[in-house]
Amino acid sequence: MGGTESIENKLKDAVKDLFLKKKVDIVIGFEKGSLPLTSRPCFIRSSDMAERLVWNASCTNNLAVYLPRFFQKVPRAKKSGTPPPVVGIVAKGCDARSVVGLIKEKQILKENVVIIGMSCQGVIDRRKIESFIDGSFIAGGRQEPGGILEITTGVGDKKKIKVSDVLAESCIECQYPHVENADVRIDGESITASDDGYKAIKAFEEKSPEERWQYFTDEISRCIRCYACRQACPNCYCKVCFAEQTLPRWIGPGDELSDVMIYHIGRIFHQAGRCVECNACVRACPVGIDLRLFTRKLCMDVKELFGYIPGLSIEELPPLLRFELNDNNDFITTG
Amino acid sequence: MEEKKENNEPKIVAFLCNWCSYAGADLAGVSRFQYPANIRVIRIPCSGRINPLFIVKALQEGADGVLVSGCHPGDCHYISGNLAARRKFALLKNFLSYLGIEQDRVQFSWVSASEGNIFASLIKKVVDNIKKLPANKKLVRKRVGVQEYGWY
Ligand code: SF4
Ligand code: SF4
Ligand code: FES
Repeated sequence: MGGTESIENKLKDAVKDLFLKKKVDIVIGFEKGSLPLTSRPCFIRSSDMAERLVWNASCTNNLAVYLPRFFQKVPRAKKSGTPPPVVGIVAKGCDARSVVGLIKEKQILKENVVIIGMSCQGVIDRRKIESFIDGSFIAGGRQEPGGILEITTGVGDKKKIKVSDVLAESCIECQYPHVENADVRIDGESITASDDGYKAIKAFEEKSPEERWQYFTDEISRCIRCYACRQACPNCYCKVCFAEQTLPRWIGPGDELSDVMIYHIGRIFHQAGRCVECNACVRACPVGIDLRLFTRKLCMDVKELFGYIPGLSIEELPPLLRFELNDNNDFITTG
Repeated sequence: MEEKKENNEPKIVAFLCNWCSYAGADLAGVSRFQYPANIRVIRIPCSGRINPLFIVKALQEGADGVLVSGCHPGDCHYISGNLAARRKFALLKNFLSYLGIEQDRVQFSWVSASEGNIFASLIKKVVDNIKKLPANKKLVRKRVGVQEYGWY
């Protein structure tokens, strides 16, 4: 058999073990979702609850997004001196990189996080599945051993789809599927790292500025400003986002397109040196805006200009907190 | 709104660092070096004070170009403000042009307090570059009105 089910059992055992040894107060993981082929985040508080955990190709969310709130110092907690909990987190490669980023930016305490490093086989993109079963919706489905999804469509057809055919873009392009900083490791098969050298970004760069602007405009004009992309991103932890600040008020609350664009430019730019390309923003977007094309541009530039890859080492300072006298100066206009 | 066909007199917002470029502009003035009158100067305490959103907002409010000028690397009054800023500037310039905003719309420079002549020639160059571009349309606010903004 192999595959996800045995990994799932190993995960349950490991979590139970953590609780029995009193190494964690809470574990963030996935349980079965209410829709077919979905999993949803769940918060495990005791070893009995560990039975609820699942592990499969629909464990899509980046769970690191839930971490900072455990460590926020509410005034009451400060006074009563309640120590922060020890939080375990079921982490894929990208999630673990977010955790490292959060530790680095002092949003969470390193000693209080237990990274349960999963061997990740990639997650599915439901939009891709929906395009496979043309026009219909996913009425039922489960993951069979061997990476096969058995899907019942809205019109009652049965279909078998390979997980590898509907992998999320982020998993196809994943450069770091392996969890480097795991405290507990759940071994199993995992996808191989790929390095496509930011092909899609380079291809977009080849287009004319007008074409690029048109594409950006078309994509952003569909945005309904739900801010789900911001909420889903583990690295967006500011208590007051610039989008909602009132002094100064950077953008108005209406549907003025330039305001929406500035929201996106701001949000994406704030991820420079942070974004781990986990695709949580893309997945969260209800209208399916191609945010990945824009977020990855900054990932590429940060890598090329400053040689920095987010989330790999806890010690290395983020690129925008550092500088060198001989940083790239080519873009400067000289008088 | 009528179409503005050519861009003979672009408006350029220039953020100048108090300790160098602003003084450089002053020197250009007292030494009577001529430079085009297209820039609108905003004095900032250091190029490190620049929030990338300042630049984006200037474009949104209709500036045809934005120039940020600070002390030469290594000469910042606050030691490293411009070095930290340079990384952001590089990323921002690349990112905006990736989205399709013309490269020359947003420019960065280093001018010291003693370089009055260099300041004048820099402004000539920047203005020339921006004159070649059409009037700024991208990213400009379409709806003009104060309702959305409440307080300003
Ligand atoms: S910007 Fe999107 S892809 Fe990048 S870390 Fe945030 S959610 Fe993940
Ligand atoms: S999730 Fe999508 S629709 Fe919502 S704010 Fe982000 S881009 Fe806009
Ligand atoms: S003081 Fe001029 S750039 Fe910092």
